[in-house]
Amino acid sequence: MKVHVWIAGFVPLATALLLGAGQAKVETSRTGQTQPAAVEVKIDNFSFGPTTVTVSPGTTVTWTNRDDIPHTVVSDDKIFKSKVLDTDEKFSYTFDKPGSYPYFCSVHPKMTGKVVVQ
Amino acid sequence: MTKKDEILYDHHHDGIDRRGFLKCMAWAGTGALCVMQGGVLTSYALNRAADPSMAAAAQGELSFVQISDSHMGFNKPANPDVAATLKAAVDKINALPTPPEFLLHTGDISHLSKPAEFDNVDQILKATGKETFFVPGEHDVLEDDGKQFLERYGKAANGAGWYSFDKKGVHFVGLVNVMNLKAGGLGTLGHEQLEWLEDDVKHLKSSTPIVVFAHIPLWTVYPQWGWGTEDSAQALAYLKKFGSVTVLNGHIHQTMQKVEGNVTFHTAASTAFPQPEPGKADAPGPMKVPAEQLRSVLGITDVNYVRGHHALAVVDSTLA
Repeated sequence: MKVHVWIAGFVPLATALLLGAGQAKVETSRTGQTQPAAVEVKIDNFSFGPTTVTVSPGTTVTWTNRDDIPHTVVSDDKIFKSKVLDTDEKFSYTFDKPGSYPYFCSVHPKMTGKVVVQ
Repeated sequence: MTKKDEILYDHHHDGIDRRGFLKCMAWAGTGALCVMQGGVLTSYALNRAADPSMAAAAQGELSFVQISDSHMGFNKPANPDVAATLKAAVDKINALPTPPEFLLHTGDISHLSKPAEFDNVDQILKATGKETFFVPGEHDVLEDDGKQFLERYGKAANGAGWYSFDKKGVHFVGLVNVMNLKAGGLGTLGHEQLEWLEDDVKHLKSSTPIVVFAHIPLWTVYPQWGWGTEDSAQALAYLKKFGSVTVLNGHIHQTMQKVEGNVTFHTAASTAFPQPEPGKADAPGPMKVPAEQLRSVLGITDVNYVRGHHALAVVDSTLA
């Protein structure tokens, strides 16, 4: 029982921390301060969230599929391409060069997102 | 859960009520029985087609069954046992008073394009003893650009799996609109397939009844969710000369009908799980209904194409 309570408390906390890190990431990139090297993007309800993430060179972005339906993460310019991600599966890519990287789900092309590296 | 058949608006005096039409879109079914009568196609939801009173109406020159979106391998709460519901669809098919000549499967046979998923569907459909014609859904061509699909179902097909065949004077065309999808876009047929289609129907008499089947709707149902095909207008332009064109699609996991000129559009329900009505949810994901209701929302829409009216009569009814 104790364990259950701990898990229940931990998961939202961990999620909040991750979200917080993502938001801090976007803000700090604007002010040009030190960047964390990892950013999370969630695939949920047929959308990428956050839709746009701004990161510094060298940052690894990890996508996690939280949907009941499989999705993919495919760069419009074919720079990166995930395998099909079933529920809870992840895909990571490290962005070294500055630039704008639009991407989409090749199974559901209305789902689009962007990684900006600066 | 009860629903009354009611006609609130009937501007065209064709027995179709626009509001009732929208209501019926929410329901999922196990499949549709299609009957060709005098060159005009009429479809019946399977649960009603098994009704003896429907048997007389379902006598025609040619009858076949459309099933769709089996999603074999899906095991989430919206339907933890998609094999059981596909088997239920097969039972409905086998119980039809007028056995269908063959089956059409309009794609998303599998959930993740896994060999075992396709094998399972093939095994279950074998119990119908009927030949089945397939077109791929986007879930059938994951990872390998559809190679496995072609090896299994499209050996005699062209390009990514499109083909045509004739049955009792009716010309059937299977199209593929799930390949090479572009960011932000809808389904796509592509130049090569469109050219093939133009050539395929060129020699046919305009009195030939045409049935086109493809996974993603060939009319724009709801572009915000990708429910349409970018270049379908070009395909339909090649079919303009024909007096009777019926377009059968899947993908949206609900029945929907539309008539435009000489073309009757029809989407089939899934055998796996329902999806929300367009715009009625944030996203088009699987719609969970209480387990005891899953089958009770199956197959409750009858569609009749009334010759000379160029309109579909849609009748809503619930399973008791």
